[in-house]
Amino acid sequence: MSDTPQSSTDARIAEIVNSNDVVLFMKGTPLFPQCGFSSRAIAILDHLGAAYETVDVLQDMEIRQGIKVFSDWPTIPQLYVKGEFVGGSDIMMEMYEAGELQALLSGTAPAQN
Amino acid sequence: MAMPAAEIEALIRAALPDAEVTITDLAGDGDHYAARVVSASFAGKTRVAQHKMVYEALGGRMGGVLHALQLTTAVPT
Repeated sequence: MSDTPQSSTDARIAEIVNSNDVVLFMKGTPLFPQCGFSSRAIAILDHLGAAYETVDVLQDMEIRQGIKVFSDWPTIPQLYVKGEFVGGSDIMMEMYEAGELQALLSGTAPAQN
Repeated sequence: MAMPAAEIEALIRAALPDAEVTITDLAGDGDHYAARVVSASFAGKTRVAQHKMVYEALGGRMGGVLHALQLTTAVPT
């Protein structure tokens, strides 16, 4: 646990989610996810061809704890689209299967490759 | 770090008495579960709200003692 007040962590997280259309808070990196749930979230985003940013919470204890409070959500990964909390990997999968995630991401930039 | 499936089911049922709870031990190690929860109380709620209701039923264990719970929620059809 860090001694940084939640308010300053909240401000950092707000800056991240508001300056990136699609951002995934995850354990590890897209190439080397450190958790099966983060790996699944990346697989879904890649499959949909969305451009996204990631934040590796394992490199930042302040965000690792702070994002749970910020989103009122107990687990990681967490997906934000256009500043709004979407959910974790289970919700991403449910939305993907229902065609809802495709619709949500259709308003964002495609991946550059 | 493990938690028996029966305990997960009991906690969910205590909070959502009508819930139909199906738990699968994914890895056979008592630590990686999938839970499908079907309850009329999810009606009209967003997916995030539905999952939060289950997380609340688990009383803070989610993300702690329960790391690997893959959750699916639905309204009875």
